[in-house]
Amino acid sequence: MAYARDFETLVLPHLHAAFNLARWLVRDDPVAEDMVQDACLRAFRYIGALRGRDARPWLLGIVRNNCYTWLEEQRIAPGQVELDEHLIDTLASPVHGQEGDPCAALDRKHTRQLVDTAIRNLAPPFREVVILRELEDMSYAEIAQIASIPIGTVMSRLARARAELRISLATLMEGRGNG
Amino acid sequence: MDESDDSELSGLIRKHATMYRASQELESSVRTEITLQAAAGRRPIWFLARHWPIWRTVGIGFGFGIVSTVLAIFMLGQPGESSVLERELVSSHVRSLMVSHLTDIASSDQHTIKPWFQGKLNYSPPVKDLAGEGFPLIGGRLDFLNGRTVAAIVYQRHGHLINVFIWPDSSNEHRKQTTGQGYNLLKWNVGNMQYWAVSDLNDIELKTLPSLLR
Repeated sequence: MAYARDFETLVLPHLHAAFNLARWLVRDDPVAEDMVQDACLRAFRYIGALRGRDARPWLLGIVRNNCYTWLEEQRIAPGQVELDEHLIDTLASPVHGQEGDPCAALDRKHTRQLVDTAIRNLAPPFREVVILRELEDMSYAEIAQIASIPIGTVMSRLARARAELRISLATLMEGRGNG
Repeated sequence: MDESDDSELSGLIRKHATMYRASQELESSVRTEITLQAAAGRRPIWFLARHWPIWRTVGIGFGFGIVSTVLAIFMLGQPGESSVLERELVSSHVRSLMVSHLTDIASSDQHTIKPWFQGKLNYSPPVKDLAGEGFPLIGGRLDFLNGRTVAAIVYQRHGHLINVFIWPDSSNEHRKQTTGQGYNLLKWNVGNMQYWAVSDLNDIELKTLPSLLR
């Protein structure tokens, strides 16, 4: 069927980007997979609405909306998100003991944990602009489309996200240094 | 926070932040799902809003199904053979008032009307002048009902016209009282004759008619 072929060539190539955004937003593998799966089904159903436009920001927009709906539900029925936050703290703490390790690979791992933790600690509206801009290399216009916000807002959110990341990273490094 | 600061931070994130990748399982399950959808002839529907949740579509489908089932049951349960006849009776009554074809023979004399039907019907409808009982006879008419030619005898009560349709039928002797389009309908049997009275007269006064016509 032609629609299935369209889906295969237009949508499926962006599956990794879709999962990356979902995983960063919901911070849980199975939930992120659900979000992506559902977004793909929707993308298939509405593929006619694409009309030759770039499928990537379009698909990521659907993924993002799914994730926000889920996050909203978690906020109403809390538990998982708070728990996850705790988990991150405890995961990040073993860094202290490994501080003086000369092994570069291990150091890279620590740096990754630091950076990941700093990004995770951002609120979702700031986290998503960082992910889309830095990891997915998307333009301001594309991010504006995905998040349904003006380009000016994308820029201001990105600036604030970066400021928060700097503070957060500095605090984390300090904690590590004191360990 | 200048440009170099930003690019340094960008570099740090790009180099070190985790890039999550969709698992092979996710990719194949998405492929399977789409293949199933396509095979099921599920065409993309893009005229719906983009963020229309799937459960809402399902819910609407369900609601529609229930409503149409209820409607179907209701409609199947309602118009049997008899109500078709009832509708015909009401239409006939209304038509008789509209097209100034109330009577083929206008007379208050039952001895004028009764013979008039002879040779026009293969039965002789009972005709009675009930002026003394407050139902003056207006006239008689041939009508076509229920796939046959029938006699319509017209009476009047306080300005309300009453069509009494009469034809031979003893298959169903149940008395029946009903309404249609605001008209009262009354059905009864005398001998092997079926009577149907249709009028805008109130049902209480109409109900006195059968005993008078006996």
